[in-house]
Amino acid sequence: MFGFVLVLVLVGMAVGVLIGNGILGTVIALAIASVSAFVSYWKSDSIALRVSRAVPADPVVYKRLHNLVEGLCIAGGLPKPRVYIVHDPAPNAFATGRNPKNAAIAVTTGLLEKMNRVELEGVVAHELSHIKNYDILVMTLAVTLVGTVAILTDITIRMMWWNGGRVARAGDRDNRSNPLALIGIALLIVAPLLARAMQAAVGRRRETLADVSAVQLTRYPPGLISALEKLQADSTVTHSASMATAHMWIEQPLPGVNDTGRLGFFHKLFNTHPPLADRIALLREI
Amino acid sequence: MNALWIVLVVVVLLVVWVVLSYNRLISRRNEVDNAWSQIDVQLKRRLDLIPNLVETVKGYAAFEKSALEAVIDARSKAMSAAPNPAAQGAADVGLTGALRQLFALSEAYPDLKANTNFLSLQEELQNTESRVAFARQFYNDAVERYNNSTQSFPGVIFAKSFNFADREYLEVEAAAAVPPSVKF
Repeated sequence: MFGFVLVLVLVGMAVGVLIGNGILGTVIALAIASVSAFVSYWKSDSIALRVSRAVPADPVVYKRLHNLVEGLCIAGGLPKPRVYIVHDPAPNAFATGRNPKNAAIAVTTGLLEKMNRVELEGVVAHELSHIKNYDILVMTLAVTLVGTVAILTDITIRMMWWNGGRVARAGDRDNRSNPLALIGIALLIVAPLLARAMQAAVGRRRETLADVSAVQLTRYPPGLISALEKLQADSTVTHSASMATAHMWIEQPLPGVNDTGRLGFFHKLFNTHPPLADRIALLREI
Repeated sequence: MNALWIVLVVVVLLVVWVVLSYNRLISRRNEVDNAWSQIDVQLKRRLDLIPNLVETVKGYAAFEKSALEAVIDARSKAMSAAPNPAAQGAADVGLTGALRQLFALSEAYPDLKANTNFLSLQEELQNTESRVAFARQFYNDAVERYNNSTQSFPGVIFAKSFNFADREYLEVEAAAAVPPSVKF
């Protein structure tokens, strides 16, 4: 989070140098980003569920799933979230909702078919941990800051363009090129990428936290380890996911793995989840 | 004049700090009480399932009477146990053992095993056992959080004067760690 704020301050300074109104610009960008992020956060559960075409899980047909969720909610002191099913052959799951009272978890039919009881329990525990740790709130804050940076840099670059590339400075009549301006421009171009990389890093940390919290709930690491191993071996691609929702699923739903089975450098930087092998190794150490 | 303001601010900050610590102790203690009642809810649920089970099994006249009677006995013991964690724990261990014996013996009666009533009751009981285990886990976690508050700074300063006693953990009896011997 500190890194985010730092980037935001640097961008604000760059904007100040370039168009002479850094603070106001930053505040406006922050306001726009906050409003849009807040709306999406408030409605995060219904948005996420509709995008993934999730349907409520029938309590009789999916009795085992409901039982597992209820048991783990007792263990975690959480109210029971709404349970949904996504009809997709790829094994995956996600959790969403602004706080434990307005939460929902969804599981694919592929996951229900491929996992046994203890593995399913591990996955459900992971998703409940996301709800318990308020990860949706954390990621919304991250997205707000990214959005602020993106809006600010976008507006600034456009304003510079309209000004004919001159650095506007109050009382500055010459067209002396300002060295700070060059650094400012470079920063503006790089900042959105940097912000996104940081958002991905925050996401990875919260995923690891959710893995560890899940084991704290079940007190049974082999369950989740076995589930992650099965996910690693499975290569079906989740079709119900999109770029926007990729970060919520338990496993990276988009293909980005090259032939050697390892992620390329840029994929690693912007990866929303830590690699499965690392997650499994971490859990084994517990 | 300045010194007076500083003293005032310090006093206000101290009071706020004490209030926050006290409130945290209260909420943690309430969490422990809530967790304890939750175990009760799950245990009662299990006790409620047993009469059904007994009725279903009774129909199979050849079934071992002693195992059935053991379950009924254990149930009444559990219902009349004193409401402290230790006594309840002991009664519960007895009930778990008796139930396990019953289900192990049912393996020898294929008709009983095929009875859908019996199967669904068995699943419900297993499910409830799982919930009891989770409720106990949550209780112990809540006790840990509460004891942490009373034992560490700043709770340790005024815990005694405000009547915040440490709570005891739920422990598994040594008897429960030994699997019940099943005699056919």
